[in-house]
Order: sequence, then structure tokens, then C-alpha cells
Amino acid sequence: MEFFTVSMLNGLSYGLLLFMLSSGLTLIFSMMGVLNFAHASFYMLGAYIAYSIARLAGFWPALVVAPLVVGVLGALFERFALRRVHKFGHVPELLITFGLSFVILELVQLVWGRTAVEFQPPAALQGPAFTLVNSSVQGLALVWGAAPAAACSAADAAVRVVCSPFPATRGFMMLVALLMLLALWLMLTRTRIGLVIQSALTHPDMVEALGHNVPRVFMLVFGAGAALAGLAGVIGGSTFVTEPAMAATVGSVIFVVVVVGGMGSLAGAFLASVLIGVIQTFAVAVDVSVSSLLGSLGLGSGASTNTFMRLTLSQVAPILPYLFLVLILILRPRGLLGTRES
Amino acid sequence: MSAIAHPTTAPPAATAPAAPPLAAPRRAGRRPVYRFRPYNVGRVVVWGGFAVLLAVAPLVFSSGLALTILSQMGIAIVACLSYNMLLGQGGMLSFGHAVYTGLASFVCIHLLNAIGGGLALPVSLVPVAGGVAGMLFAVVLGFVTTRKAGTTFAMITLGIGELVFSMSLMVPEFFGGEGGVQANRMVGKPFLGLTFGPQIQVYGLLAVYTFLCTAAMFAFTRTPLGRMLNAVRDNPERVEFIGYSTQRVRYLAFIAAGFFAGVAGGMYALNFEIATAEVVGAFRSGSYLFFTFLGGATFFFGPIIGGVLMVLAFVLFSEFTKAWLLYLGFVFLFMVMYAPGGIASLVMMNLRVAAFGKLRPLLAGYLALGGAALVVLAGAGAFVEMVYHLQLDTALGGTLRFLGATLDTARADSWIGALFVMLVGVGLFELSRREFARQWGEAQGQIEAEIRRREAM
Repeated sequence: MEFFTVSMLNGLSYGLLLFMLSSGLTLIFSMMGVLNFAHASFYMLGAYIAYSIARLAGFWPALVVAPLVVGVLGALFERFALRRVHKFGHVPELLITFGLSFVILELVQLVWGRTAVEFQPPAALQGPAFTLVNSSVQGLALVWGAAPAAACSAADAAVRVVCSPFPATRGFMMLVALLMLLALWLMLTRTRIGLVIQSALTHPDMVEALGHNVPRVFMLVFGAGAALAGLAGVIGGSTFVTEPAMAATVGSVIFVVVVVGGMGSLAGAFLASVLIGVIQTFAVAVDVSVSSLLGSLGLGSGASTNTFMRLTLSQVAPILPYLFLVLILILRPRGLLGTRES
Repeated sequence: MSAIAHPTTAPPAATAPAAPPLAAPRRAGRRPVYRFRPYNVGRVVVWGGFAVLLAVAPLVFSSGLALTILSQMGIAIVACLSYNMLLGQGGMLSFGHAVYTGLASFVCIHLLNAIGGGLALPVSLVPVAGGVAGMLFAVVLGFVTTRKAGTTFAMITLGIGELVFSMSLMVPEFFGGEGGVQANRMVGKPFLGLTFGPQIQVYGLLAVYTFLCTAAMFAFTRTPLGRMLNAVRDNPERVEFIGYSTQRVRYLAFIAAGFFAGVAGGMYALNFEIATAEVVGAFRSGSYLFFTFLGGATFFFGPIIGGVLMVLAFVLFSEFTKAWLLYLGFVFLFMVMYAPGGIASLVMMNLRVAAFGKLRPLLAGYLALGGAALVVLAGAGAFVEMVYHLQLDTALGGTLRFLGATLDTARADSWIGALFVMLVGVGLFELSRREFARQWGEAQGQIEAEIRRREAM
């Protein structure tokens, strides 16, 4: 039970992090038709810039400043490179972001080196947010913060006590993602600029005819998407590892999320992010292979020589999103909540 | 017209009820027509020249390194051309082309080992077997990827690429884990005394394959399928209206591209005698895309330029500077922004100008542009090299040699000097660019006028 709860929360927090990235990607895609290949690179850039700011001014200023810096960089890229390519069509647009991802990766390695940097969360976020104590006598209990050592060990050997801590950074990640989601939703539906963005999604010519500067709206959306990726980077970088490979690790997963959710559908992206986050987190924690499963059911020796039979679920975990993608494409080509068929 | 004039020549409806009413009578009423078809001299010269180039290259560049580079160029040319069947001719931006070349390489390595174990297959046919393998993988995986076009296609190929790459580390029986799988190409019976031991024999075989595959892929562009593929790229909606399935056309083209990618993979296996997980990786897929685009996806010969550049960049340029990936990335960005047709389109544009005899006045402009660009490159290069030196080689001391000058990363004058050279270059470039743009526009205007004049005649 406590394994399930903590894994579920971990999966949710990872899924929400994925959503922070895929929401920006989806917004940019549905607005400009551009799949921003460099989105994960902005994520990485956010982490590295925050690392540098955090060393000078601490984590909390970095949390605010780094996404802003990344957002400005994104807007500049849109203004001076992407807009120029817009007239050539979608493939060159995709290609220029692909080239940008290359350049950002090289520049990051140039400035911060090729190995991982030590980007720690602040002291307030280190340690567990709460601990689930499961005792075979007293049942499940919740302790805020770290559980005292005495609570995790039973004096009586017959009583089994298991403590499962939930890291505070994960909780913070969920909090920020939910706040961001709320802010994004409020901005898109309740503010004037949100209305302009929404209408520019479907009728850019009409919006332009009404006197709004649509290219500038595009630039703002691109910058905002990059800033969201940067924010995700600050949190993801301090929770996981800040290294040059972090863009590639998360990049292909968010593309899977966007396709599985349905191209251009924010709700679909949310659903797919959470789904993939939870599936992957559970898979990593489960150490079961086909042969061991057969063995425990009494159908085989439990020690097969076939590689496929011996692969455990945790070993297969990295490819699960892609298998999911292939399945979705065969069964429901438009994605979970997608509407357009291309 | 003939259908209306001779309605009685149409076959009875009972025998061919589904036949369109217009097609049959036209065929029945066809008369022998004399057609003037001159011998296509230009094509013979171009293909003959290509064959001679492939044959003469090892005689001119005969050192060991040159032979290796030439062999790799052949492989890269076939791979990039097969990639361009998707990107240039079908408008399909694939991020996972290395899956087909790489998997075919693994199959061929295992095949070479099987030949060593007694399988009766000539070594020279291994690339063909690789082609069949690549085709089979394309049949299976392409069924999923080609269900979509455009951006979604790009992302699915990326996902499939990741899938195969992750699998390659999970299944060591086939992929050999981290170390990869090795083979020996000097197995089986020698054919005509060819053992494929010396590199020159391998080059000969690869050159033959390069030529045949290039010719076959050019022929493919002339087939109905190749033409339909272009139509699917340009106007899929209309193709659907005519009655074709765009998905089927993409799928068939994808299978054909998979075959040639497989041949390239087989050539790779013969040349290197090893396949590691890296050959199916995203970096290799990216470089196919990168260099095919750089060479020029809009012309058939563009990827040939791209393949040559790819090997030069990977083998020579990477030795020359540590910052080569950064330079390549910037070159790519500028190409996408200013010359989306790649080098091939630049060549063709200048050929057009030359054909109208307008190239000579532009030469001075080109010289000025080139000179200014060199100055920018020298300044920017010095800057980048100093930064790289700071990051990677500080243990070797603060000084480095760049283009014959000694730069000291600890002293400000090196940095200011590099910056100054770069800024001067940028200024000169902008000046000469304006003048050149004016001349270029003038020449284009004259050419347009000339074309209109000829049409009016």
C-alpha cells in the first residue's frame, strides 16, 4: 500500500513535470504549427542558468530569474531566426529548431563542461515531505517531514515496520506544476491576451485584421513556452541530474507525450503526461520478468535462457513510452484526445 | 475526342465493367506516331563522368587514409541519397533513418560470421542481403510510421529510433551489448581472386555499389511511384481526390528507401567489419538529415555533395578542431535561414546565371564576399577556439596556436584582437553583401527579361 502511494505520487510528479514541458510544446505547435525540437534544450538551458544564478544568489532568485532569461532567449530566437524561415514552410521550421538544439547542446558543454554539475535543491526542500509508516500492528500512519528513527524500527522482532519517505522536491515539483497549470488556464481563458492567443490559434488573419500584432503574439507565445520549459528545467535539474544529456533524455519522451495526447490538444497532453509519468515510474520499481512471472505461477523453471524472457520490467521501462506510442498509433491514430487527422 | 468519335470501339461493358470509359477506346485508337527522341548526351556525359570519377579517385588519392575516406564517402552517398527519397522527394522528415542502415549493418555482420561458418553466399553480395534486411525492417516499422505525414511522421520516426536504440542495449545476443559485434570479411571462397583483404578491393566493390544504387535511385525518381511521391509531397489532398492513397504511396516509398538504406548498411558492415549500438543511434540519424539538407534536398545530386561533406567533416574536420560540432550547428542554422535548398540549389542558381552569361560581373562581388567571410571566420574561430581551450585544455597552458598565430587565453589583447577581427569582418561582409545583393538582383532581372523576350519570339 505504501509502495503504491509513494510510487503513485512519484509518477504524478514526474508526469506533471512532463506536462510543464509538453504544455509549452503543445501551445507553440497549435499556434504556429511548429514542432519545437529545441524545447528540451530550453529545459536544459533553464537548469544550467539556474545553477549559475543559484551559486551567486541562491535557489529562490534562480527559480524566478532563470525561466525569464530562457523566455527572453526563446523570444529572440523566434524573432530573428524562426520568423525568417516561416515563409519556407514547416519542414525548414522544424529543421531550424533541430539545428538550434545542436548548437545549444554544444554551447552548454562549452560553458559548463561535459560532466554533470552539482545543482542541489535548497535546504528547505531537502529531505522528505512526509513519511508513510506502515506497521504490521498499527497499520498505516502519515508523519510530516522525516519520521523519527524510533518510529521506523520496532522493538519487537515480530512487528514489521516499513517507512516510505516522499521527497520534498517531488512535492514542490507537483505544487509548481499545478500552480503553473492554473495560471496558464486563467491566462488563456480570463485575460485579454489569452483571448487574443486563443483566437489567433484558429483565425490568425481575422485577428490581424482586427488590429492585433499576430507575429508579436507568436513571439510572446514562443517565449512563454520557452520560459515554461526553463521553469521545468530549474525544478527538474535540481531534483534529478543537471547534465548535457538531460535534454535528450526528456526530449524524446515529451514528443511521445504530444503525439499520444493528440497533436495540439492541451488536455490530451495533460492526460498523456500523467499516464506516461505514472507508467514509467511504476515500471522502474517493479522487478518482474516474464520468466520469473511464469516461475511464480509454476509454469516454468523461472530461469529461462531467452533474453526476452529474462528482461525485467524495470529494464524495459525506458522503451515503454515508445511502445505506448506505437500502440496508440495503431489503435487510435489521432491520439487520446486529438481531433485532427493528418 | 476519339472516345466520342468512335464509341463502338469500346469493349462490351460485360467483359470489363470497372474499366473507365475513356481509357479503352484511346488505347484502341492509338496510331504509330514517329517521335523524335535524340540521344540524351548530357545524361551520358554526367553518368559517365560519375563512373570515371569513382574509378579514378583511388588512383589520384592512393594513400591509406584517402582510400578509407573514399570508401566511407561511397557509403555516405548511398545513405544520404536513400534518406533523400524520404526528405526531398516525399517531404517526409525522418529522424530515425539510421535504424534501417544500422539494423542492416548488424544483419550483415551476422551474415559475414555465418559465411565464415560455412554459408554459401559470396561476400560481394552481402550489401544486397543488407538491402533486403533494410527493406524488411522498413516493411514492419514503416507500416506504423507512414500512417502519418508531416510533423507527426517526424516525431514517430524519432520515437521508433529511440525504441530501437534502447532495444539494442537490451538484447545483447543480436546487438552484442556495449562492445558490438565483429566479423571478418575475408571469408568464403575468393571470387575472381578478390579476397576483400586489401582496402582497394573493398573500395572497388563499394564504388560499384555506389554507382548502381545512385543509378537505381535516379531511375526510381522517374517511375510512376517516384512521380506520385512528389505529388504526395506537394499536394496530398489533391492526390487523395484523384484516387490514390497517400499513405500507401508513402509506405511503398519508405520501403524502397529502406532497401537502399540497407544496402548502405551492408556496405558499412563490409568496410568496418564491426557494428556497435551507435550505428542505430539518434546522432547518426541526425547526421543523415543534417548533411542531406546541407547538400540540398531539392535536387537529386544534392545528397551526393552532402555525403562527401559528411565524411570530410567527420574524419578531417573533427581532427582539425574540437569545436567542429558547434561550427556545423551554426552552418546548419545559417543554411536553413538563408539557403534552404542547400549547396545544390546555390550551384544551380549560379549555373542559371552562368548560362545567361551574367556570371562574370558577379565574380568581383563573390571575391569580396568570400574575403569578408574569411575575416569573420578567422575572428570568430579564434574566439571559439580560445573558449574551447579554456574549457578543455587548460592543463596544457594558456596558449594555443590558431592559423599560425599564438593566442594567450590569459591576456586581454588576444580576446580583444579576435573580437576586433570578427567585427571588422562583419562590417566588411555587410558592405559587400549589400553591393552583391544589388548586382544579383540586377542580373536576375535581366535574366527574367531575357526569358520573356525568348518566349515572345
